[in-house]
Amino acid sequence: MILPAVLYVLALVGFPFCLSIYLALSDAKIASSTYAFVGLDNIRSALESPTFVKALGNTLIFTVVSQALVLVLGKILATCLAKPFFGKSIFRFLILLPWVAPISLGTIGWKWMLDSLYSPVNWVLQALHIIGKDTWPMWFGERNLAMASVIAVHVWRLLPFATVIILAGLTSIPREVNEAAEVDGAGFWSRELHIVLPLLRPILTVAGLFGIIFAFTDMTVIYVLTRGGPAQATQVLASLAFFTGILGGDLAGGAAISLFLFPVLVVVAVVMLQIARRTEVT
Amino acid sequence: MKAGRVRKIAGRVGLYATVTAFAAVLAFPFYWMLLATFKTDRDLYELKNNPLIFNDHLTLANLTLLFEKTLYLTWLWNTLIVGGLVVLITLALALPAGYALARLTGKWGERLGIGIFLTYLVPSTLLFIPMSRIVATLGLQDTLWALVVVYPSFTIPFCVWLLMGFFKSIPKDIEDAAMVDGCSRARAIVQIIMPISLAGILSAVIFAFTLSIQEFTYALTFITSSSQQTVGVGVPTNLVRGDVFFWGSLMAACLITSIPVAILYNLFLDRFISGFTVGAIR
Repeated sequence: MILPAVLYVLALVGFPFCLSIYLALSDAKIASSTYAFVGLDNIRSALESPTFVKALGNTLIFTVVSQALVLVLGKILATCLAKPFFGKSIFRFLILLPWVAPISLGTIGWKWMLDSLYSPVNWVLQALHIIGKDTWPMWFGERNLAMASVIAVHVWRLLPFATVIILAGLTSIPREVNEAAEVDGAGFWSRELHIVLPLLRPILTVAGLFGIIFAFTDMTVIYVLTRGGPAQATQVLASLAFFTGILGGDLAGGAAISLFLFPVLVVVAVVMLQIARRTEVT
Repeated sequence: MKAGRVRKIAGRVGLYATVTAFAAVLAFPFYWMLLATFKTDRDLYELKNNPLIFNDHLTLANLTLLFEKTLYLTWLWNTLIVGGLVVLITLALALPAGYALARLTGKWGERLGIGIFLTYLVPSTLLFIPMSRIVATLGLQDTLWALVVVYPSFTIPFCVWLLMGFFKSIPKDIEDAAMVDGCSRARAIVQIIMPISLAGILSAVIFAFTLSIQEFTYALTFITSSSQQTVGVGVPTNLVRGDVFFWGSLMAACLITSIPVAILYNLFLDRFISGFTVGAIR
């Protein structure tokens, strides 16, 4: 009974994966259906191209910064949502919107909110006197601002997901543990540091791992917002693979680039299996 | 006593202030879409106006344009067809697999389950290049069938995992008792297990459906003609002509599509998250 499902997944995940390795070692183009084996040429030329190196660096910055922010903000928000308060279900719905709505459509909203002429973000910043009357940031026009924008939108998108995962971890901590510490005179910060965070470690790891995969392999946010611009400042591996392989027609080159996403997946999978095995033993 | 009460009130105020701030930022893009949907062009493009409120009378012109002058309804219909077929394929394969894995005793059942779940994490951005070759070889490029065939590659792993967890919570004794009473195993499954599993099956349906609505990379890669696109790709790529953005209609399309998906997803979110926490919570 398991077989049909396994076969389907093997045919559409395992087979394409092997094909992508083969393509990466060939000189396949979209236009022609024949291709020859060229060995590691594509990998070598990718590593030598400054655009690729730039994209690899961008991907790492994008992933690390967005995930650090997501985990910290997610922990704060989850701590708030763990308490009972009036109107919680409405707040929960609003907070979850970025994750549950289709991502490309939510990102379009941001595209206009950071528009060069009509940005309400700039308008609010000016109204609050955070930026001066004469400054009008061009979010997608300057390298650093563009990177900050795509990171911010990605944090916006993943924060609800991390929050709910952390929240599930928080509610699984027995209430007595916290109460006992409180009776013993432990304050909020000392309880957070010595009890809650250590107990949350496995779940924070899980939230972080999924976040890393979603961020490292994402191209939707970047494709919709900046298309990798200005001047490759926000180009990441996934989007570069798309532009090279699909729009540029260089299938082999694109496949070689996207293969660089694989090592991260392996690391994440190994850590995940370890967590699963640890809970199996205990 | 009094100091304690002051601190309690301060804590409440802090809690509400934090959640409100988070909710305001996270939900703001959707508020922005709502504004843009009903604003007149005069209001939208006047830089002196306060962008956060209506400065003119409300209008339905953007909605009329969206429904009558664009392919929005076609995209919506395409999305529903793809989602529906993907759900059927997913259920047909994931239901038996999930059930069998849940009843497979010993470590291997669990391991195989985790293995299948991990394939869910193989991202579309790693596979879209070889996938495009496969789709072309099958002669499916630029048709909805490409998506119908490819989407189950990520919905099946997730739903197998979800259903496995669900079936595990049903005691084996129930079907054993039925089989002692002269029921065949197949009949026991169909008549006894399936009815009490409706909630789990329903959540698998919802996730297969919403995951296929949210997908972006494959839809962008395989489909080029506007009339074959899904909402997630059609709206961001077609409602922008050159440098002309039909912002009012664009935002209306984003809002109308996002909200139903968000509500549907929100109802089943807890189950979705429990699928992600792997074994980190017991």
